[in-house]
Amino acid sequence: MDSRILTLLEKNAKLTPENIAAMLDISVEEVEKEIKEFENNKTILGYKAIVDWDKVENDKVTALIEVKVSPSKGEGFDKVAERIIAHPEVKSAMLMSGGFDIALTVEGKTMKDIAYFVAEKLSPIESVLSTATHFILKKYKYEDEIFTKEEDERELLEI
Amino acid sequence: MNYDNIISKVALEMKPSGIRKFFDLLDDMEGVISLGVGQPDFMTPWHIRKAGIESLQDGKTFYTSNAGLLEMRCQLSEYLKRRFNLTYEPKGEIVVTVGGSEAIDITMRALVNPGDEVLIPEPSFVCYNPIAKMCGGVPVTLPTYEKDEFKLTPEVLESAITSKSKLLVLPFPNNPTGAIMTKEDLEKIAEVVLKHNLMVLSDEIYAELTYGGKHVSIASIPGMWERTVLVNGFSKAYAMTGWRLGFACGPKPIISQMTKIHQYAIMCAPTTAQYAAIQALKEGDADIEYMANEYDKRRKLVLSELRRIGIHCFEPRGAFYFFPSIKKFGMSSEEFCERLLREEKVAAVPGNAFGDYGEGHIRISYAYSTKNLLEAMKRIEKFIKKIQA
Repeated sequence: MDSRILTLLEKNAKLTPENIAAMLDISVEEVEKEIKEFENNKTILGYKAIVDWDKVENDKVTALIEVKVSPSKGEGFDKVAERIIAHPEVKSAMLMSGGFDIALTVEGKTMKDIAYFVAEKLSPIESVLSTATHFILKKYKYEDEIFTKEEDERELLEI
Repeated sequence: MNYDNIISKVALEMKPSGIRKFFDLLDDMEGVISLGVGQPDFMTPWHIRKAGIESLQDGKTFYTSNAGLLEMRCQLSEYLKRRFNLTYEPKGEIVVTVGGSEAIDITMRALVNPGDEVLIPEPSFVCYNPIAKMCGGVPVTLPTYEKDEFKLTPEVLESAITSKSKLLVLPFPNNPTGAIMTKEDLEKIAEVVLKHNLMVLSDEIYAELTYGGKHVSIASIPGMWERTVLVNGFSKAYAMTGWRLGFACGPKPIISQMTKIHQYAIMCAPTTAQYAAIQALKEGDADIEYMANEYDKRRKLVLSELRRIGIHCFEPRGAFYFFPSIKKFGMSSEEFCERLLREEKVAAVPGNAFGDYGEGHIRISYAYSTKNLLEAMKRIEKFIKKIQA
């Protein structure tokens, strides 16, 4: 499998198989086959737009939640995580090293929604020891895209 | 006051850059995708920037010696050996300059007498002609053609030679064509150079950006070291355009004269930039590799797109430009670029900006993200569909 295809697509998912084939000097058929394979074995999980919601009117708040978990017998981290991610408000969940165990990003329409999620859905899970909720105020860079400025800083030279 | 009587004739007669009015147009437009910039889109690698910052923190704010920091020249000497198998002594055979541009300037000033003919391939970067004239030299155009992959041929060179021929400018890999000269190509040029006792100014600023083969310097061809001044710099290889740092290497009697001129005009190249460059030379090979590899992918992408949309183009093997022919659309290159800009908001540089032999072509830089390049190609496709309809 050609991981160079993944590197290119991760940077720009709109590249066509023809584009990728040209850039990597391989055949279009080969690129198509590899992408299919990556999709089938869930190496490529999806293609989505990276949206700067601040540019449009929206009612959306996002929070980063640190979760401390006490795994018990038969209820390891994976099992706890499985329960947490079953909630559609949870947009990402990662097992972490360091001072807490699971990091979540959670989306809601208002801060109240998020408070409700923490109080009514997250905290009641038995293995969840504690949570710390941080609201995201502004995105500077996200998914490798810089949100705060886009323009090319190179000035035009006359030669 | 009539300044025309005051300003020097040579300055007055110097032709302004042809790109000017084009840029004026660009200033008042929004949503333009530019393919016009002739510099890397990468930032200088962090470890190199950091070396510059640290030199300032350490108080290295003084002039360096005129020829440049000795450590820098030692590193340059090793670099030239390592990357191009060239041998230059740090003391006497290397001078550090303010960009490749200054190196070109002082090479001509040191070599050209009034009336000497300076042989300049065309299309090429635009500075050789005016600098030759400033020295009282007579620029002689050496046309390069697409059918020869824009290489300089020995026949063209031979046919331009007179008893006054003095200096051959060899700007390869070439801006704007992307042409390169292989070892075999250079050997044939070297024969003519030796036969007519010419000197060579080899502008190798894009030496690190070749695709599918390593760059060969004419100075490495037997008999040519003695008659070559090699010019290079950090702008393109290390994405250091704003640092303004270049160098020239050659035989001691020439470099010492160039250093003298440099000393009066410039004193020394910027100290901070020199400290950053030392770091680049020591640890920057991987950065060069990385950036060249990225350009190569974009090069292949743009080539396939140009062919898909039916624009004829020779495959460039160096630098980061395409120089496609737009002759079949029945417009001058200026007209083509102006309409492309007004109607589809893509900025490219008309080929005639690089000399009359560039007419019928446009220069496209691929020092842009793939996203930008693909959007630009889409717009160009739309434009040519429209003008062909």
